[in-house]
Amino acid sequence: MTGAERYPAVPTDAGAEPPLLEVEDLHTTFRTPGGPLRAVAGASFTLRQGQTLGVVGESGSGKTVLARTVMGLLAGDNIERNGSVRFEGQELVGASNKTLRSMWGDRIAMVFQDPMTSLNPVMRVGQQIAEPLRIHLGLDRAEARATAVSLLGQVGIPSPEERARAYPGQLSGGMRQRVVIAIAIACAPRLLLADEPTTGLDVTVQAQILDLLATLQDERRMAMILVTHDLGVVATRTDEIIVMYAGRIVERAPTPSLFASMAMPYTEALLGSTPRLANPSHTRLAAIEGRPPDLVSPPPGCPFAPRCRYAQDLCRRAAPPLVAAEQPDHLFACWFPLGGRVGPSPAEPVGAT
Amino acid sequence: MTAVDPGQAGTGAATDPPLLSVEDLKVEYRRGHRVLQAVSGVSLSVRRGETMGLVGESGCGKSTTGRAIVQVERPTSGSVVFEGTELTSLGRAELRRARVGMQMIFQDPVSSLNPRRRVRDIVAEPLDIWGRADGEERQRIVHTMLEAVGLDPESAGPRRPREFSGGQCQRISIARALVMEPKLLVCDEVVSALDVSVQAQILNLLEDLKSRYDLTLLFIAHDLAVVKNISDRVAVMYLGKLCEVAPSETLYRAPAHHYTKALLASALEPDPSAAGRPPALQGEPPSPLNPPSGCRFRTRCPRAEDRCAAEEPLMREVAPGHTVACHFPLAGAVAPPVAPAS
Repeated sequence: MTGAERYPAVPTDAGAEPPLLEVEDLHTTFRTPGGPLRAVAGASFTLRQGQTLGVVGESGSGKTVLARTVMGLLAGDNIERNGSVRFEGQELVGASNKTLRSMWGDRIAMVFQDPMTSLNPVMRVGQQIAEPLRIHLGLDRAEARATAVSLLGQVGIPSPEERARAYPGQLSGGMRQRVVIAIAIACAPRLLLADEPTTGLDVTVQAQILDLLATLQDERRMAMILVTHDLGVVATRTDEIIVMYAGRIVERAPTPSLFASMAMPYTEALLGSTPRLANPSHTRLAAIEGRPPDLVSPPPGCPFAPRCRYAQDLCRRAAPPLVAAEQPDHLFACWFPLGGRVGPSPAEPVGAT
Repeated sequence: MTAVDPGQAGTGAATDPPLLSVEDLKVEYRRGHRVLQAVSGVSLSVRRGETMGLVGESGCGKSTTGRAIVQVERPTSGSVVFEGTELTSLGRAELRRARVGMQMIFQDPVSSLNPRRRVRDIVAEPLDIWGRADGEERQRIVHTMLEAVGLDPESAGPRRPREFSGGQCQRISIARALVMEPKLLVCDEVVSALDVSVQAQILNLLEDLKSRYDLTLLFIAHDLAVVKNISDRVAVMYLGKLCEVAPSETLYRAPAHHYTKALLASALEPDPSAAGRPPALQGEPPSPLNPPSGCRFRTRCPRAEDRCAAEEPLMREVAPGHTVACHFPLAGAVAPPVAPAS
């Protein structure tokens, strides 16, 4: 993918409203002893108020790095960030720690996969919710405490008064994740980044947590980025989906359009390898053979080509750009897209290597 | 559970004695003066050549059941008969011998492999311990096994586990488990930590190995779609007890237990048309330290009545090979027989 392209903005009904988040040609590169590792290589998307964006990919696809870069959480001498992340018009790439800290919790919040490691094990959960309220909103001790109890109730924790005095270790995994969500929404953020918020939880609890997030989002007109490896999680809970592979966005489409007509062979392969309840027992799964490429020395051409059943010579030579065909909001990075679409013309000057 | 013979699914003829037969298995832990019953009377039989799925939420006792079957965890009471031998009464030495025919693989493949040993030695370890093979014979077996699990014996053999991905480590675990030619393979959440694409590779591999080596599988997992994909029959567990056992197609098409139905409704399918379904199940399972009286699911069951609190529902057959422990089963519900007081 080249850095220079501009992608068409996703049209929504609220055309006049400026997007809450605009990410443009974002790159995150880790310096490693073996050479630069391009964890995110040119991601662009926008997100409007109240909308949910799903980011799907396997381990190592760059989905978590993307979310953390957007939030400004990745910093250090060995990390290089390029491109632009504008939140409510303010540029976050290169912003000072002070600026970022005033955003975190207050306007952008994050929910991580493992609630046990994001909570302080020796602090009562009520106190952990009250802390950001005092820091960001300047509430006094009693107000913060009352709000914390009310938030515990809002995230569906029974007898919140009593639970506020519990330590994280005394709660179940599902309850802990509810506490983490309560902390995240405490200061009424405009954007919530949820990175695998239900992975590791039981199916019944998983459904409850996703429902809770959807309800909170509706009530608060909060936008959400839902990062997951599970197509089942994003299928019913997102407005738009980004599919990532080897650090690149390989498909981006409104959720119904993506599932109705996938353009990218990788997305199709991901769905084909997912066991389905609707299929009979012993249905042979269409496993994707091989492994994702090494991001330090990726192969030339399309990163998925070595594992793609449709790959041709061109795919191994030149990386396809992210383009749209007949639907302007359905983008894909493939020379030979599925569903009878016409791929980009290789004659166009693209960043082939 | 009653002594009902569970149906015609699977490949073993219904008249053969089962390869594995578990009766009223109980596993208890002492917690101070209280007793935590992780497994409270599970009865289950697995026929030769079939794959039995065991599904339930975390904490329901499914892993403990698997561990108690292979006697990694000695059961508090109950019987486990494997190939005609009662395992629970065996002494250490006899148990070691009897257990060769049953192997277990676990969720975390990386931590179940010794990081300091080479892959070929990890796979050969059971052979070394039992003095089954050495020299060229040992090499040949390891070579065949690594190849069978889809690893290149030449390049993988001399390397150490840390050089492999999670999926490849799971392949190594499988190779090690199969090297003693077991009859029964107990798989405890073996694909839950893997990416979907790798998960599919391992599931396909297990199916291939099963037919190649005439294996019988007890497949323990929380993911319903995964369990359905691989199993001939499925047992559903809740809070230490089985609530339903059925051929897998039947269980998924027409669940008889309200818990099974709720579990199925909670599964997240990659299909946008499933949006807007009401949440299937509220709350979380009660503590096994203090399980509800009567039916253990009654506190979360939409159909519960007084009788469910007063009287524990016994396992009974609602269709050939389909047993359920519920006073008011779903679908073609049969009038419940009067259960004996316990």
